[in-house]
Amino acid sequence: MVEESPMVEFKDVTKIYSKSKQPAVEHISFKINKGEFCCLIGTSGSGKTTLMRMINRMNSVTKGQVLVNGKDVKKFNLVNLRRKIGYVIQNNGLMPHMTIRENIVLVPKLLKWPKEKLNEEAERLIKMAELPESYLDRYPAELSGGQQQRIGVVRALAADQNLILMDEPFGALDPITRESLQNLVQNLQMQLGKTIVFVTHDMDEALKLATKIVVLHDGKLIQVGSPEEILHHPANKFVESLIGEERLSEAKYETVKVKNVMTAPVKINLGASLNDALAMMKERHVDTLLVIDDDNHLKGYISIADLQRKYPHVSSVSDIMLPINATVGPEEYLRDNFSRILSRNGQYIPVVDAERKLIGVVTRASLVNVVYEKIWGEKKPATEELEKKAN
Amino acid sequence: MSAFIAQHGSELLEKTWQQIYISAISLFLGIIVAVPISVILLKFPKTAKDVIALASMLQTIPALALLAMMIPFFGVGRVPAIIALFLYSLMPIMRNTYVGLTDVNPDTIDSARGLGMTKMQLILKVDIPLAMPVIMSGIRLSAIYVIAWATLASYIGAGGLGDFIFNGLSLYQPDLIFGGTIPVIILALLADYLLGQLEKKLSPKGI
Repeated sequence: MVEESPMVEFKDVTKIYSKSKQPAVEHISFKINKGEFCCLIGTSGSGKTTLMRMINRMNSVTKGQVLVNGKDVKKFNLVNLRRKIGYVIQNNGLMPHMTIRENIVLVPKLLKWPKEKLNEEAERLIKMAELPESYLDRYPAELSGGQQQRIGVVRALAADQNLILMDEPFGALDPITRESLQNLVQNLQMQLGKTIVFVTHDMDEALKLATKIVVLHDGKLIQVGSPEEILHHPANKFVESLIGEERLSEAKYETVKVKNVMTAPVKINLGASLNDALAMMKERHVDTLLVIDDDNHLKGYISIADLQRKYPHVSSVSDIMLPINATVGPEEYLRDNFSRILSRNGQYIPVVDAERKLIGVVTRASLVNVVYEKIWGEKKPATEELEKKAN
Repeated sequence: MSAFIAQHGSELLEKTWQQIYISAISLFLGIIVAVPISVILLKFPKTAKDVIALASMLQTIPALALLAMMIPFFGVGRVPAIIALFLYSLMPIMRNTYVGLTDVNPDTIDSARGLGMTKMQLILKVDIPLAMPVIMSGIRLSAIYVIAWATLASYIGAGGLGDFIFNGLSLYQPDLIFGGTIPVIILALLADYLLGQLEKKLSPKGI
């Protein structure tokens, strides 16, 4: 099978603006495949917008190559290249002197589509923008900022472009409007399978939308990866700071597995005597014991209450043993079992492997540690600071 | 007044027509030269400053002097008058057009380019429509100047309503002076009004 060429490919791309010696971006190489939602993220001056604008040649390439569908952008006819690529900028870039209808079908009109098809397209797209059809004959100034940007987004789809560039499209919007537009873009991307290159400085936005994140700093490529990879394996301190401490510890918590927090179980053999059990309870300061067979399979548990009640009449652990239903596996994520563990009446939950062999327990106390780290992060606890102050 | 019209009626019509003719041609030439120059200047901001300064300098030459200076080159009559008035009309149109074009929101231009407009489409479909109100107010200003100064063109033999005024001046006949002045004022106001209507029509609705 012939390998499909990526939608966009940067090959050792360097850009030097004519008036500065410092390259805006240097030696950048990465690929964006068809259907990917690629977020370019970095602080201002990182070169993310410069890089994106090279795709539709709004910026020229000083060195290296930018390929679209496997073809060097320099080899395209400039105007045709741009008409094939959707383009959305921060302040919507609608033509203020054109109606919404004229704005939406701007590119199809440049491509000389017949008039009826233009109207159909306008009606189809305003629906996609989730706005009433009556808006088609209004002017941009009559719409709110969020509505204008909805039009800006669907305009980029008007000539069925498969590649869409978005330059901080929601940066100027309030958080609620921004979220609704993020949802719009995400839905459109999923439904239509468009390839989107999205410039942002907002990590939340990138993590929410992207399937691939490209981190840039001072014109250099720092890391390329899926949101999960970026979040769980940030390449360096810069990426970490971009992600933010809060999200990092959140992410850490997200990936904690049961086996990471489990502790050694206090267990006793099925055949042991109640005397042994009582001695063990006293020694280990516990009021229940997990019961195993000779092969370490979990069989049940015994509690001090039952032991006390039946002590003189029976002598073996198996006589007072009660069954255990709730167990967790070592590879399960803690986050999925958190509430289950906390809501159980018991103090702990046994961890068993696939063969139901007992390998540990997760106690409420170990959950406390996880919650503690999640909330306080790596920081020293407040109590220590308080103590310091007291001294 | 009726006596004045009875005596000078046909002459008044003829002179008014001459005034309109001279002014309109000067203004027309001014527009078709100043607007394209401004569009071109947009690409050369440094040169633009010099050119606009030069046009402003032309404006400071006294109107009468400029008309007189035309005589050695073009003789007397309508042609030198039209050339002088044309030079006068350049500055307001050029300055307004240039300012209007540079004031178009860069985001709008960026987005129009990014969507794949050719340079010509960008100028005709985005730049000029959006700058139209400012361009038109420059044209209105020029029109008023040109109509008023066309009166002086009579001095170099171009005819027009100035003939009445200069005759009135030399014969000391106030009715001739007023008979020439009032139509000039009316013409200027009328031109301003009509161009104002045109401006409304040409200016895009959304802005």
